[in-house]
Amino acid sequence: MTPETAAELDLYQDVVMDHKRAPRHFGTLAAPTHQARGQNPQCGDDLRVALVVDDGRVRDIRFHGQGCAICIASASMMSEAVLGQEVALAQALQGRFRAVLTGQMEAEEAHLGKLISLAGVRRYPGRIKCALLGWHALMHALGSEADHADKPPEATP
Amino acid sequence: MGDALLTDRLALDTVRSQFPVLAQRIHGAELAYLDNAATTQMASPVEDAMRAFEQHDRANIHRGVHTLSQRATDAFEHARSELKRFVGAGPDHELVFTSGTTDALNMVAHGLSTAGHRPAWLQAGDEIVVSGLEHHANLVPWQQAARRTGAVLRVLLPDAQGRLHAADLRRLLSPRTRVLALTACANATGERPPYEALLQLAADAGALTVLDAAQAVAHGVPDLSALACDFMAFSGHKMYGPMGTGVLVGRRAGLERLEPLRYGGDMVAWVSAIEASFAELPARLEGGTPNVAGAIGLAAAAGFIQQIGRDRIDAHLSALREHAAAGLAALPGITVLSAHSRASAIVSFVADGVHPHDIGTLLDQLGIAVRTGHHCAQPLLEHLGLGPTTRASFALYNTHAEVERLLAGVAHAMKVLR
Repeated sequence: MTPETAAELDLYQDVVMDHKRAPRHFGTLAAPTHQARGQNPQCGDDLRVALVVDDGRVRDIRFHGQGCAICIASASMMSEAVLGQEVALAQALQGRFRAVLTGQMEAEEAHLGKLISLAGVRRYPGRIKCALLGWHALMHALGSEADHADKPPEATP
Repeated sequence: MGDALLTDRLALDTVRSQFPVLAQRIHGAELAYLDNAATTQMASPVEDAMRAFEQHDRANIHRGVHTLSQRATDAFEHARSELKRFVGAGPDHELVFTSGTTDALNMVAHGLSTAGHRPAWLQAGDEIVVSGLEHHANLVPWQQAARRTGAVLRVLLPDAQGRLHAADLRRLLSPRTRVLALTACANATGERPPYEALLQLAADAGALTVLDAAQAVAHGVPDLSALACDFMAFSGHKMYGPMGTGVLVGRRAGLERLEPLRYGGDMVAWVSAIEASFAELPARLEGGTPNVAGAIGLAAAAGFIQQIGRDRIDAHLSALREHAAAGLAALPGITVLSAHSRASAIVSFVADGVHPHDIGTLLDQLGIAVRTGHHCAQPLLEHLGLGPTTRASFALYNTHAEVERLLAGVAHAMKVLR
């Protein structure tokens, strides 16, 4: 039948589809210290990220909302990668992930861990914003306190 | 036979040869261009007409006494009369060139909500009815018009299947209803509302009627001579014509009510240092140098459609839509929007647990171009309880083989992504 296309190898690797089908840390937190929403009006993707940050460390994280496979898998892997990490490390990881997707850093040099399975997104300019949406919400959440976090952040990278 | 395009491979090949862009491969596969509701490709005769103007007759219109200016003016006015004929406009109608449907609809909403030499048509407490099927371009300008004037915006909501009903409009109309704004075909779902009856009801109630014909003008062209329609808008780039061109056509009495959106050269009759009076229609609404080559291309596109034959095109597109809608509906996990709709070239669908963007990317890998997202109709999709959709839309050069590729591509995407 239809042969496997480049996108299936680049974008929809097994690890990505696994996170899409069973996203980790999907849900809400009872008492977040930080939260934010990321929206992409073009495609309707809409994610909320909630955090408990204590002593400069991400103690808990949840996200929920809707999005494409790339968007959900990226947010899910992000939640695994930053949970328990120092805020500064989470921010640095976001910087490297973003640099890889926007072509400013080689994936092999970026120490992305499991996130390297999303590096192929850089070859699909229309989809880069999908992979970055959860990360935008994370950065926005880290930059703001929980009470006034309802305003959607800039959704495009 | 109405569907000659469909059965006569030779005729279809001839048509396709007039759209050189189609003969290319995308990711190694033949391009199947199924995003025609966003923009159709441009026909070679359109390009030829525009090039002929640019190479032989280019000059500014309505200004010079020299030969080229006269030729350009004649060509521009000839384009106007050709397009009037195309939509059944009579002596009581006039046609204004715009940059597209959005521009035209903004001219109407602005023109009815802004005071000029006389008070605005819309006053505080008046009511504007828009349908729930509208593209943002026929909704947001009316929201702003309501805000500007203190008028009230009422929405004629579709039922759960996305249909509009005359009985619902009857209930919404009141002595304060001053405007009905309606689409001839919903771009997000492919729904073709009974716009003839709905416009008539609103006109009988004393409202001005606005028809967004952007998605209808390449097939099932509305006939102004038989419609209770004060304003109709459409775009050139959705009817095999150039981008950045469009039309506002309507009854002279309605057009005369519009306060111009653009003031400047060409739209004035007499100007002093402190005031000006405006020119007659259509110049009054065409301030500044227009896209003359674009107008000529737009008229050439109408001629191209006429030459192929509207009935043949309509029959071919309906058949493609029906083929696609039936095939998609038969796939597990796929729901087709407005599956009942006939006389439409748009098929829009949602997939259980699979996001349209992922489907769109995988289809692109197979050379198939579709649109994914909200299609500038967020309130409609929310009303139907849906998120973004995948939309395939057809033009006269599309084939049943391409529909088959779409069906196989979607089935494959579902297998990969579910």
